[in-house]
Amino acid sequence: MADWVEACGTDDVEEEDVIRFDHAGRVFAIYRSPDDEYFATDGLCTHEHVSLADGLVMDEIIECPKHNGRFNYKTGEAKGAPVCVNLRTYRVKVEGGAVFVEV
Amino acid sequence: MSRHFVIVGAGEAGARAAMGLREQGFDGDVTLVGGETHLPYERPPLSKDGMVAEVFAAKTIATAERLAEAGVAFRGGVQVAGIDRASKRLAMGDGGALPYDKLLLATGASPRRLAGVEGERIVYLRTIEDAQRLRGVLGAGRHIAIIGGGFIGLELAASARARGAEVTLIEALPRLLSRGVPEAIAGRIAARHLAGGVRLVFGDAIAGIESGAGSATVTLASGMRVEADLVLIGIGAVPNVGLAEAAGLSIDNGIAVDGQLATGDADIFAAGDCASFPLAIYGGRRVRLESWRNAQDHGNLAAHNMLGAGEVGASVPWFWSDQYELTLQIAGLADEGAVTVERELAEGSILFHLSADGRLVAASGIGVGNAVAKDIRLAEMLIGRGARPDLAALGDPGVRLKGLLAA
Repeated sequence: MADWVEACGTDDVEEEDVIRFDHAGRVFAIYRSPDDEYFATDGLCTHEHVSLADGLVMDEIIECPKHNGRFNYKTGEAKGAPVCVNLRTYRVKVEGGAVFVEV
Repeated sequence: MSRHFVIVGAGEAGARAAMGLREQGFDGDVTLVGGETHLPYERPPLSKDGMVAEVFAAKTIATAERLAEAGVAFRGGVQVAGIDRASKRLAMGDGGALPYDKLLLATGASPRRLAGVEGERIVYLRTIEDAQRLRGVLGAGRHIAIIGGGFIGLELAASARARGAEVTLIEALPRLLSRGVPEAIAGRIAARHLAGGVRLVFGDAIAGIESGAGSATVTLASGMRVEADLVLIGIGAVPNVGLAEAAGLSIDNGIAVDGQLATGDADIFAAGDCASFPLAIYGGRRVRLESWRNAQDHGNLAAHNMLGAGEVGASVPWFWSDQYELTLQIAGLADEGAVTVERELAEGSILFHLSADGRLVAASGIGVGNAVAKDIRLAEMLIGRGARPDLAALGDPGVRLKGLLAA
C-alpha cells in the first residue's frame, strides 16, 4: 500500500542540494537534482549513521559530511570505501508545490 | 607463477590498500600482515564513541568474511622482523619467511613516549586494549590527568567529562592545538572545555610523574601537583620506521616516498601515518599526515601504483575532530596561509586561509554537529583546483561556495 507523506515544499530544497525530513521516527533525505527532479533516500549514512542532509550534493552524488562516503542518491548505490552498504531509495512525487515521499 | 603483494600493517591504510588491489582487478596473491591480533579496525572512535558508548565495540574495517571473499590472506598478531630486499623476502617474527613481488609498508605510528615515565597508572592511546583500559577508569568520582593539548588529549577530555570523570589537561605551550589549528579556533575549543568543566593548565612543563599502586601524581615545573587515578599521555606520535630504516630505505620524518608513494626501492611503497611525502599543491612540501583520510587516500593510491599506474597523489589534506557537540574540520594546511577571511554560519564558522597571492590554501571550520562539513568539502575542492576566490565572497555567508567552484 502506497503511503504518501508530504515532506517539504519544492522551494525548501535548493537546486543540487538536500534537506532532512523526519517522519514517524525515521530519517529521510530529500534531494533536488540540478535538472529540478526530486529524490528521496534513507537519511542516515550506512557507515556511521550520520545525517546525510549535512553533506554535499554534486550531480548525482551525495557525500556523507563525516567521512565522505559517497552514494548515488538516485539509485542509492554506495560508491566505495568507507561505505559498502547501499542506501534505500523511495519514490517521490511533486504535487501543488509540495514534495511527497512514499514511505 | 602468481604474483604476491604483501602489505605490512593492517590499519586503515593497509586494509584499504588490500581491498584497493582487488577493486583494481589484481588477481595475484595478497597478504595483509598485522602486528595486532585484531582484524583491521577503525581507530578514530577509540577516543570518542568508544569511550562514551555504554558497551565498547570496535568498528571493524573488514570482517573475516569480507577479507576471505576478496581473497586477502590476513595474518594477525605477527611482527615482521626484517626485509631482505635482495631476495625480496620478509623475515617474520614467528620464524617464517614471506616472499613478495611488491611490498607496501603501512606500519603506522606509535604514541610518543614521555621519557623516564613508567608505571601502571600511565596510559597512551593507540589500540583497542589501550581504549579498554582507559574506559575502565573513566567514571564519576575518578580524576584523570591528561598530558598534551592535542587531538587525542582533547577528545579524551571531552569523553571523560561525558562519563563524569574530573579532568585536568596540561599543555606545555601557551595554547591548545599549536600544530595545524589556527589560534582563534583553538581558543573556541579551549572555551568549550572550560565550560565543560575541564581544568586547563597552559605553559607549564612536566617536572615528574609518580605512578603508585592506586594513583599517580603529576608535578609541574611551577610546583603545582595534580593527583589522578590515571595519567593519559597524548604528546604526539612517531612514525614506525624501524623496519624500513634497517632495510636501508631513506627516512625523513617517516619513510620517505615520492608523489607515487614509492620508496627508493621500486618494489617497496609506504602509505599512511608512517610515510612522508611531497604535497603537490604546496609546491612539493614534504609532509607526514596522521589522519584517517590520508590513510584512506594513501591506501588507494598505493594499490594503484603497486599495479604500475604511475599516479601522483593530488589529495588535499583533510581531518576532523569531535569534542562535545562540536566538530572541527580542516582542509589543507592552515600554516600555508598569509591572509585569513572568516565566514560566520548559523551554527559555526569557517576561517579561509589564502596565500599572499590570493590562492585558497586551507579552510578551518568549527561548528555544532556537521554544520561546517558542506562548506569545508567545497573549500577542499577549491583548494585542490588552486582557486583564487574573491575575499568578499568567501566572507559572505549569503554567497554559495558552490557558485565559486564554477567560476
